[in-house]
Amino acid sequence: MRQAPALPGFAGRATAFARACIDGPLNVAITLACLALLWWLVPPFWDWAVTRATWNGNANACREAGGACWAFIREKFWFSIFGLYPYEQRWRPATMMTILIVMVVASTQRRLWGRGLLLAWAVAAPAMLVLMAGGVFGLPAVQTRLWGGLTITGVIAVYGLALGYPLAILLALGRRSDLTLVRWFSTAVIECVRGVPLISLLFMAAIMLPLFLPEGVTLDRLARVLVAYTLFTAAYMAEVIRGGLQAMPRGQYEAADALGLSYWKKMRLVILPQALTITIPSQVNTFIGLFKDTTLVVVIGVFDFFTTLRAALGDPNWLGFATEAYVFAAAVYFLLCFTMSQYSQRLERSLRPGGR
Amino acid sequence: MSLSVLRGPARGYLIQAALLVALVATGMWLWSNAEANMAARGLRFGFGFLDRSAGIPIGESLIPYTPADTYRQALTVGLLNTLRVAIIGCLLATILGVALGLARLSANPLLRALTGGYIEVIRNTPLVLQLVFWHAVMLQMPSVRQALNPLPGVFLSQRGLKIPALMADPALYAFLAALAAGAIGWWLLLRRERARQAETGERRATILPGLLMLLGFPALSMAAGFVPQVQWPELAGFNFEGGLALSPEFFALLLGLVVYTAAFVAEIVRSGIQSVHRGQWEAARALGLPGGRIMRLVILPQALRVIIPPMTSQFLNLTKNSSLAVVIGYPDLVSVANTSINQTGQAIEVITIFMTIYLALSLATSALMNWYNARVALRER
Repeated sequence: MRQAPALPGFAGRATAFARACIDGPLNVAITLACLALLWWLVPPFWDWAVTRATWNGNANACREAGGACWAFIREKFWFSIFGLYPYEQRWRPATMMTILIVMVVASTQRRLWGRGLLLAWAVAAPAMLVLMAGGVFGLPAVQTRLWGGLTITGVIAVYGLALGYPLAILLALGRRSDLTLVRWFSTAVIECVRGVPLISLLFMAAIMLPLFLPEGVTLDRLARVLVAYTLFTAAYMAEVIRGGLQAMPRGQYEAADALGLSYWKKMRLVILPQALTITIPSQVNTFIGLFKDTTLVVVIGVFDFFTTLRAALGDPNWLGFATEAYVFAAAVYFLLCFTMSQYSQRLERSLRPGGR
Repeated sequence: MSLSVLRGPARGYLIQAALLVALVATGMWLWSNAEANMAARGLRFGFGFLDRSAGIPIGESLIPYTPADTYRQALTVGLLNTLRVAIIGCLLATILGVALGLARLSANPLLRALTGGYIEVIRNTPLVLQLVFWHAVMLQMPSVRQALNPLPGVFLSQRGLKIPALMADPALYAFLAALAAGAIGWWLLLRRERARQAETGERRATILPGLLMLLGFPALSMAAGFVPQVQWPELAGFNFEGGLALSPEFFALLLGLVVYTAAFVAEIVRSGIQSVHRGQWEAARALGLPGGRIMRLVILPQALRVIIPPMTSQFLNLTKNSSLAVVIGYPDLVSVANTSINQTGQAIEVITIFMTIYLALSLATSALMNWYNARVALRER
């Protein structure tokens, strides 16, 4: 097999593309094999997803057409976003999601990075929770077991990150501390959490945690999920941040010491701002993984986006459209994760020294 | 903070003492809560329940198992099932991942684009979704009577995958022993020739005598009458008989884990090979080395240094991800443990057991990969 460096600087121009496809007998064979694979995959999928698909109508219309039943997705779309949240109260998760999207988009803008953004998050995060849970300001209380769909996926991912991030910084600093006991403790927490599957942490939070609480104290199921997910986020983020701390040149530490800064001032003013900034791309990548892992909450019966869609499959009026649900769910996750990974790559280029 | 006691080394000791006290106090508080809670539920902490009869039916097992067996045996079955899918999965994911990683670097742009599409789609969708998808695909397979038969002796149906198996009899052991002898012979020859080359600079091909040993020894053993018997799966009544059966759950889990992990392995392999400086290719070509040997002698040894550490974490991820088996009903360690908790209520003990096992697996894999990494690492003088 020929290797890419033999053809440096290959830009996707059509003629060059075509020429590269038929350059030599081996290449022609590879091209033919690829085309055969595409021919085998694409036309049948197109036929199913577009040509014979049903966009309006009921299940019988879908079965007659024989193609994809996108009408089913249309019917269940809002259910997959809001889950079982009371119908007349749906404006609340809708507002929450809007705030969330605005905040996330704002956070991707580098010129907004700073104290103001942190403050905005500090206000928005509790506000969103109050909006969802209710019970104050005349909002009727809605129990967390009724929360579901994409809303709860967003809640778990964002609150896991918001709560886990400060913990991650502490663990990363602790792992590089001069104090033996602090270092051992941080290392033990990080390694133990990273060494076991997230599922087992979720089981632990769901089954074991209640046993460790004082009698009479109960913790909401969603809160228990958040405990496990926060710990998981913290351990993985801590390792990314530790990488940033290790990448700082010794001179930075020594210069801060020479200025007579205390440990916390040195970290807060000199080391952390740089270490956190250079690791942002890795942080985004780690977050993509953590975001995909929110689907695991299915094992303890929390209805996230994917589980809600699967629950919709049980509707007796719409039986047998599992493939459509899976394709739709995959498309939504792909769109979100792919956008994040493109963002992380763009950021990586712009954060590179001299890349601005 | 202005107190002089809180400066210098004394401050460090104070902080550590405070942490220790806080940890011990929290631990004791949690423990007393747990004892009270368990007492209220009529439970007592201890591992005695492991010797009680479990009554858990487990669909597939590598060792003889009946529901009348103990919890200890049930958990062992779960652990073996986890290990089975993890080990086979790591092997297959490596093979597929390396192939995809090389395809990603191919000179053919169409192949590059196709592989890139595969990698992006797989990496940006959750594994749970993929596993559920593969499981659904398996359940939509034709019934046993109409099983797909892509290769002779390979049958794919609702009941899973059936492949021919070798009969475990003395003939097979003799055959395997001969094969191993051939491989060791080749390795010894290679070592001797390498030492010879280092001494004299002369290079002799080892392929022919090596292959002769690897194939010749088993051929001799077969000629001596130790012919391994192949069991072909055959349709008998409503199911297949003979051969090796992979359950739909196992097959879906294995497929999902391999397809998912291979996408990550492919990216690791690609970036590893790309990390080798172009000058290395050019220098190797200027020395007149042929393509295969450039790869084997110049590029791979350098690329492996970049590839091994992230590969370790992929193997660990695959092992940990195999716990998602519980979503599609494959009886792995977590799945059996979950049932055990529901039946006995001994949550703390069971969760401690399987977390310890996973930690041990993780540490063992890291240790193994670190040992290999130390072997391929740059030896600086």
